[in-house]
Amino acid sequence: MLILNCPYCGVDADETELAPGGEAHIKRFGPGSSDDDFEEYLFMRENPKGVHFERWRHANGCGKWFHAARCTVTLEVFGTYPAQTFEPPAELSAAISAKRPGWTWRTFS
Amino acid sequence: MSKALRPSDGAVWTDGIAAVHQHVAHGMITVRADLNTAPIKAAITSATGVAIPAKLSIETGADAALCWMSPDELLVLCDADQAGAVTKQLQEALAQHHALVANMSDARVIFSVSGAQARDVVSKLVPVDLSPDTFKPGMLRRTRLAQVAAGLWMPDDDTICVLCFRSVSEYAHTILKQAAQAGSSVFRR
Ligand SMILES: [Zn+2]
Repeated sequence: MLILNCPYCGVDADETELAPGGEAHIKRFGPGSSDDDFEEYLFMRENPKGVHFERWRHANGCGKWFHAARCTVTLEVFGTYPAQTFEPPAELSAAISAKRPGWTWRTFS
Repeated sequence: MSKALRPSDGAVWTDGIAAVHQHVAHGMITVRADLNTAPIKAAITSATGVAIPAKLSIETGADAALCWMSPDELLVLCDADQAGAVTKQLQEALAQHHALVANMSDARVIFSVSGAQARDVVSKLVPVDLSPDTFKPGMLRRTRLAQVAAGLWMPDDDTICVLCFRSVSEYAHTILKQAAQAGSSVFRR
């Protein structure tokens, strides 16, 4: 059972209060974009063994979307952060580096 | 306006380890606005006479109560026959701000579960720690009640109010009564 702290209301929300939103930090490519960019946006996803970034929504709660960083192997949750950002906060990246030295995920490390 | 009343509105069920009461209509008004902005907070308080609740809490005044629903949403509870007037007051008070006020009285229903075992009964249905040290009167928690969204708060130590959508009220009523059925105490009594 996953428990994520919602950065908007502060509740430690049980997985059953949350709705999954798939991978985080995906840049949208719409009309006018190249086929490669559109394909990347629609279909290409990370499938890491280790550090991963996801979107979740506190659906049965305050209703807000947020981001979560966690480990797909141990299910350890490194942290959660608000949705209005293109990258994880520096403190969170540092905390992940302390626990998983040398981690990378897309352009993050 | 015609009076919206369901057969179970006002029903009080006392055949189990806690009483389950479906309230007759409340006035319920949704306010969406940035609750961290001082002029917006002042406008809502002037229109309702109630202070803005802290995060995850409910603030009760003489004529209304304010439920904290999210960083930009409040639910105003008032008498059903006052809902139109309070909605208008809020709309006027917030006219100069980026805000939305809507009379949502028909959208939701409120149940109360009361008795010494009220916490145990509701605990069977929600992923929330309702122990007395953690969940206290004055707090408000939106969560999941079995399969539907709900809000919880405690008007006093032996009563839990359950807020849910009217469309699932029959389901909520049924599971609350089932969780409170006779002989289903969590601890040996
Ligand atoms: Zn939340």
